[in-house]
Amino acid sequence: MIVADKKPIEEIIESVKEFKKILILGCNECVTVCEAGGKKEVGILASALRMFFLNQGKDVKIDEQTLERQCDHEYLEEIRDVVDQYEAILSLACGVGVQFTAEKYHSTPILPGVNTCFLGATEQRGLWTERCQACGSCILAFTGGICPVSRCAKRLLNGPCGGSSKGKCEISKDVDCAWQLIIDRLKALGKLDEYEKVQPIKNWSTDRAGGPRRVVREDVAL
Amino acid sequence: MRLHYPSSVKIVRVPCTGKVDVIHILRAFEKGADGVYVVGCEEGSCQYTSGNFRARKRVEQVKHLLDGIGIGGERAQMFNLSSGEGPRFAKFAVEMDERIRKLGPNPIKIRSAEKKTAA
Repeated sequence: MIVADKKPIEEIIESVKEFKKILILGCNECVTVCEAGGKKEVGILASALRMFFLNQGKDVKIDEQTLERQCDHEYLEEIRDVVDQYEAILSLACGVGVQFTAEKYHSTPILPGVNTCFLGATEQRGLWTERCQACGSCILAFTGGICPVSRCAKRLLNGPCGGSSKGKCEISKDVDCAWQLIIDRLKALGKLDEYEKVQPIKNWSTDRAGGPRRVVREDVAL
Repeated sequence: MRLHYPSSVKIVRVPCTGKVDVIHILRAFEKGADGVYVVGCEEGSCQYTSGNFRARKRVEQVKHLLDGIGIGGERAQMFNLSSGEGPRFAKFAVEMDERIRKLGPNPIKIRSAEKKTAA
């Protein structure tokens, strides 16, 4: 899923303080799971902002709504009838949702309420870690299901660097050496011979380096 | 025991403090509560293992938010005791009552009253 983190309340206040009618728009997908922008967080933020403005003596209308997704036309259409009632929308969706909402409602300011961080997993309650960088050309089949693109600080494709020590990366003792994990996993799978195969130079044109990307699927396009 | 504790304290019973969420505490402040405190079981003796730890984390979140919006995080507090400690329950009530009286009323309550009078 896309992992996001809450923005500090002070930063949010700074971004919305000039508006008198604000819609806080949550998203039921990834940001709900990572507890940053779901219905619950929308309610908490709305309550906090209502109290802030009331305490400042300002009369500000703050409404709450949470869509199934903010990255699909169908769900974003649900606010079409009400969007004109607001001077700004504070979106708690990921950067995709914020942008898609902004594209759809061109004349309404759409502000981000979370910081979008990475594609990751919930390792444990309150801990999310990166697993994928969406490089567009998956090599997990050769690396024991562990991604050196997202989990090796140097994105190395043919074994660890000299900074690997006791299974940890030199950037931090809290970071596992991805290649140590890969070798351990290949060993457990009885496929250590895979490690001996030299991987060719990766085609990075499908990564972000090739500019903004798109997926075109003629088989499903209408 | 016939213990006395301040009449300013309104008790909201929940099956476990793990049930108390951030929004419940914030709503209490929005509705004009001068302070909110959560009294959970002793740490390590939760029937549901981690209910009181969850509550503590949520109270911390509320404190942070209240500081951020200028209401003051000291208006929210988490306490722990065992169910057999009536005198301690009364002590916490007195402690919180004294703290809130020093801080004065919830500014939200004052602003809401001003707004109603103006209207």
